[in-house]
Amino acid sequence: MFTYILRRAALIVPTFFGVTLLAFALIHLIPGDPVENLSGERGMAPERRARLLHEYGLDRPLAVQYASYVGQVFKGDLGSSLTTHEPVLTEFLTLFPATIELAFFAMVLAVCIGLPAGIVAALKRNTVADYAVMGVSLTGYSMPIFWWALLLILFFSVQLGWTPVSGRIAVEFDVPATTGLMLIDSLRGGDPGAFRSALSHLILPSIALGTIPLAVIARMTRSSMLEVLREDYVRTARAKGMPYWRVVLIHALRNALIPVITVIGLQVGLLLSGAILTETIFSWPGVGNWLIHGVQSRDYPVVQGGILLVAAIVISVNLIVDLLYGVINPRIRHA
Amino acid sequence: MHEAAIAQRSAAAREASAWREFWHAYSQSRGALIGLALVVALILLAVFADVVSPHPPNEQYRDFTLTPPAWHDGGTSSFILGTDPVGRDMLSRLIHGTRLSLLIGLISVTISLSLGVVLGLLAGYFRGLVETTIMRLMDVMLALPSLLLAIAVVAILGPGLINAMYAIAIVLLPHYVRLTRAAVLAEAGKEYVASSRIAGAGPIRLMFSTILPNCLAPLIVQATLGFSSAILDAAALGFLGLGAQPPTPEWGSMLAGALEFIQRASWVVTFPGLAILITVLAFNLMGDGLRDALDPKLKR
Repeated sequence: MFTYILRRAALIVPTFFGVTLLAFALIHLIPGDPVENLSGERGMAPERRARLLHEYGLDRPLAVQYASYVGQVFKGDLGSSLTTHEPVLTEFLTLFPATIELAFFAMVLAVCIGLPAGIVAALKRNTVADYAVMGVSLTGYSMPIFWWALLLILFFSVQLGWTPVSGRIAVEFDVPATTGLMLIDSLRGGDPGAFRSALSHLILPSIALGTIPLAVIARMTRSSMLEVLREDYVRTARAKGMPYWRVVLIHALRNALIPVITVIGLQVGLLLSGAILTETIFSWPGVGNWLIHGVQSRDYPVVQGGILLVAAIVISVNLIVDLLYGVINPRIRHA
Repeated sequence: MHEAAIAQRSAAAREASAWREFWHAYSQSRGALIGLALVVALILLAVFADVVSPHPPNEQYRDFTLTPPAWHDGGTSSFILGTDPVGRDMLSRLIHGTRLSLLIGLISVTISLSLGVVLGLLAGYFRGLVETTIMRLMDVMLALPSLLLAIAVVAILGPGLINAMYAIAIVLLPHYVRLTRAAVLAEAGKEYVASSRIAGAGPIRLMFSTILPNCLAPLIVQATLGFSSAILDAAALGFLGLGAQPPTPEWGSMLAGALEFIQRASWVVTFPGLAILITVLAFNLMGDGLRDALDPKLKR
């Protein structure tokens, strides 16, 4: 098992270099160079342009530029935002807890509802329960998340006035950011009103973001359970007189979970994708909102650094998923 | 001569009966039939968009801006689903949007699926360096959230409908590769593959005609889901202003253009979203039906 972990961990090194190459290439493939973008509409004298190119190191061979870029990345220097002049890494780390909080709650919602719903649908195949679960999850899966978020706001915030429209907490509460996670920070502050406000701000975005993962998990659990329940060993376990719940939850579920865990792992990327849209619509001050602003304002250091950091996170999560895969399925581990 | 004709006829009969068997299995599910009917209707709408639209999609009726749907107070029967902020007929724009969305799905999934299956087969069959190279490359692509990757590609290629399709094809690719490889890995160890190899089948035959048919069911499901994610991602790109550009009647960019009117004229927001939902739902229903009909393991 230990060598399996080491082997897997070693594999992320080339992936990470691949991502740095991608982030590096991104800036160089975009039409126009940073100096040209600096000069704006009026243009720039050729001497000044050459001097600036030299100053930024853009006149060096590409391979040298890439090597120095990777060197900077390993020193934690991702450049500074063109609009705020703050270091990209600092900005990211300030905003990331907000995205984690949102994504975590969306995922908890998705797993807690999706997994049992999928199991029930598989066990009660072709009953009303199955049709209901599949109908709802199909609709959820097919939902354009930005439209769904708008509908949620229209109904719960505008019509019913139950939840706030946007932001993380009402303006009257001043919660010092120690962890960056609003729920924990507001709880530590000891003001129950602040905690309630933070929680009510979190509900709609979490539902919007969690809907697609929920549907995917429910669908995948059902189809994977159905397949496993037909296996001979399940029948054997039943024939041995083992209780039904034990066969389902231990014998069948363990194998059925293999594709489900892969899918949950893939959802992390999907969650961050959804976060771009969800955060934009709910004005949630997270990484997705920040990135989209970066793209729209052509703040290339932000886009480049943001892509790199988000990718690093997804790579780490993929590694964990791979390791779990090995724990659940020894055949993979010993292959 | 005579024998060849008989062999040909029996092959044709076998094919026909396979189709009948498939149709029998497919038509068992009401959802699948609804999905198929919807998809056929959407295809017809897309093909005959110019004929069935009551108005040209970009014609602005300046005297009728933000007219509500026909069943509302102040609605008129000449604009059944109402008009948008510059007086264009919603229904006609939605019908033309169908054409765009189906094209986006078709083109991006075709590119992605064909490339993905080949790469996945190669990775799963040859293992070793081939597998490592392909899968690491896919990991790099999967490491980026799909919409972010699409945004990155669009940032390089420039915003627009065609570039959005390429971006989506690239985004979908790793899923097909991973799925094919995983299916091949599961199948390659089985006895029928070993016996086929012992019987002298070469790698191409083993990959494409022995293993691939047994991996098709998950791929078909994934391709249908891919169709819907392509339509969803294209709409999201349009919504963010990075996909189809105005005045193209693409559903996502229609939604984005209508956002500020959400409280005053909810129909300009409701209908494009509903169109996306119905289309995506139709493909998902069809995909589910196809899976149940094609997967021999789930057959009664």
